[in-house]
Amino acid sequence: MMQVTQPSPSHDPLLKVENLVVEYAVGGKTIHAVSDVSLQVARGETLGLVGESGCGKSTLGRAVLQLRQAVSGRVLFDGQDLTAMHGDALRQMRRRVQLIFQDPIASLNPRRRIGDIIAEPLVISGVKDPERRHELVCEVLSAVGLDPGLVIGRLPHEFSGGQCQRICIARALVLNPEFIICDEPVSALDVSIRAQILNLLEDMKARFGLTLLFIAHDLAVVKAVSDRVAVMYLGRLCEVGPSEQLFAAPAHPYTALLIEAIPVPDPDVRPAESVPVGEPPSPIAPPSGCRFRTRCPRAGQRCSDEVPELRQVAPGQFVACHHPLIAAG
Amino acid sequence: MTETALLSVEDVSVDLPTPRGNLRAVDRVDLTVGAGRTLGIVGESGCGKTMLSRAILQLLPKKAKLSGRVMFDGQDLVRLDPERLRKLRGRSLAVVFQDPMTSLNPVLTIGTQLIETLQEHLELDGNAAKRRSAELLAAVGIPAPEQRLMQYPHQLSGGMRQRVAIAIALSCEPKLLIADEPTTALDVTIQAQILDLLAREQRRRHMAMILITHDLGVVAGRTDEVAVMYAGRVVERAPTAALFKNMRMPYTEALLAAIPKIDAAPHTPLPAISGRPPDPTRPIQGCSFSPRCRYAAGQCHREKPSLAAAESADHQYACFHPIEIAARVPA
Repeated sequence: MMQVTQPSPSHDPLLKVENLVVEYAVGGKTIHAVSDVSLQVARGETLGLVGESGCGKSTLGRAVLQLRQAVSGRVLFDGQDLTAMHGDALRQMRRRVQLIFQDPIASLNPRRRIGDIIAEPLVISGVKDPERRHELVCEVLSAVGLDPGLVIGRLPHEFSGGQCQRICIARALVLNPEFIICDEPVSALDVSIRAQILNLLEDMKARFGLTLLFIAHDLAVVKAVSDRVAVMYLGRLCEVGPSEQLFAAPAHPYTALLIEAIPVPDPDVRPAESVPVGEPPSPIAPPSGCRFRTRCPRAGQRCSDEVPELRQVAPGQFVACHHPLIAAG
Repeated sequence: MTETALLSVEDVSVDLPTPRGNLRAVDRVDLTVGAGRTLGIVGESGCGKTMLSRAILQLLPKKAKLSGRVMFDGQDLVRLDPERLRKLRGRSLAVVFQDPMTSLNPVLTIGTQLIETLQEHLELDGNAAKRRSAELLAAVGIPAPEQRLMQYPHQLSGGMRQRVAIAIALSCEPKLLIADEPTTALDVTIQAQILDLLAREQRRRHMAMILITHDLGVVAGRTDEVAVMYAGRVVERAPTAALFKNMRMPYTEALLAAIPKIDAAPHTPLPAISGRPPDPTRPIQGCSFSPRCRYAAGQCHREKPSLAAAESADHQYACFHPIEIAARVPA
């Protein structure tokens, strides 16, 4: 087990994930979804978590909320270990951590009115006075840019994808949480709507003093909102660092590959011709050593023998690679 | 463009009856694609880009009403008899969809599907078709092609399935390939591979291509010409370099500005487009972008601007208040 000593930008981590391992059993085989991941999110910070489908980023998000049982490792929220909590204690804790999903339409019950959908968390958490609930629902709807009078009595199908995502954000905010896990919140939305929702999340973060874990596959989207970025590949963390630094000087070959693969909306920028062939191997039988080695142009013998540990290469920038693109300083 | 057009879409409209009234999905579109050229069609969901591609392929829903002409290689596809149309599709007119499972049959092996296509259109015998199939899979970058021929689509990853769909589309040497969001369902690194593959095969075969996407980043490096669609209409059309250097239609500019840029600092607010696209069952009087447009004035709300060229013949836009080059908002 590697021990990670990452100093966070502020010395007050709200969330600390320590050596988390999550596995699924599928047809007698084991999927290694999250393997020994450690990270932390400071109070008031947005940590972006990127990676391709199947890299374990969503599983990690769910495991933080204890919606997935971890095999081992700890999830410390505000100093308390969520993996050791059960029943009421866990429910109380969950009020402080909310989740926003990718498909806003699917995450709203089609047969319930918007007002009831947003009031539901209040009911569960024991706000008994209906008038008080109504007041809070109206407040949060206005905050996300919807007119409560026009919205409360209607059903989800009467709204567009962008509006449904606003409703989901309102539902997540209504309990006044401290931490929100956003799991691909804009990938199902059109470009023009995406920008509105990203701006809204930024506004809400500032207004309610939120801390965010922002999970997405789109690096440009992640960069737009994140203070720091963590890159995952096949269940393992490759690299963590301050956004600007990570994009300007990626240390892990996989991070560099992801950045290179982004289509740039400028005809003068030629698309990269050097994109390596091959696809991510199966998480049922991940490669030994460094899991990226089968697609890595820099891989050597050591990469198949030894799992690379996260180590610092620049202030705040950590990489798990035997042959990083920037030398350890 | 010096060559005569391989495809020319002339005044094409598509109307769909819905419970809420008539929906005009495509509104009087004119487009041309020359042999060996790539046209990008860009727009958000519901702008009509997919319906337009279905209109070209004559694959519209049964209830849809199509007007106008689709001239392909000298014949009007709208008026072609079904048998000849069927021969044409798959042979000189091929398509790749967003979800490869749309075009792959889940209960047939990859080999059966490829061989069937080759036998049907090229009248190859079994052995020749099999050999050709393996060559095609190798050409689209599938390792161990002989073994893959015996596999079913569910045994392949999403990227591999899309390669197979491309192999089938390319199998009969089409003159025009329509790729409708071919990489939207794929991961970024796989997206780059598939776009490279399409570009390489296109150059090699001197094939024309229509690349339909919602992503201006995808068309920027990979097309000769771009048509931007909004609410069923083409609102701007220009050679790719000219479009990005000198966009005139406020919608195009706003769409580009709304994309998060990889070189922008974190927490830079994005210039979002307010509101949302109009309801296509309730047509807007005047320019359909006017309710969301920061330049809109009186005339924009009353009259529909037509798509016309101004400075140069190949750059057309539909706008009464086009962006002045000096007054551009930095993206």
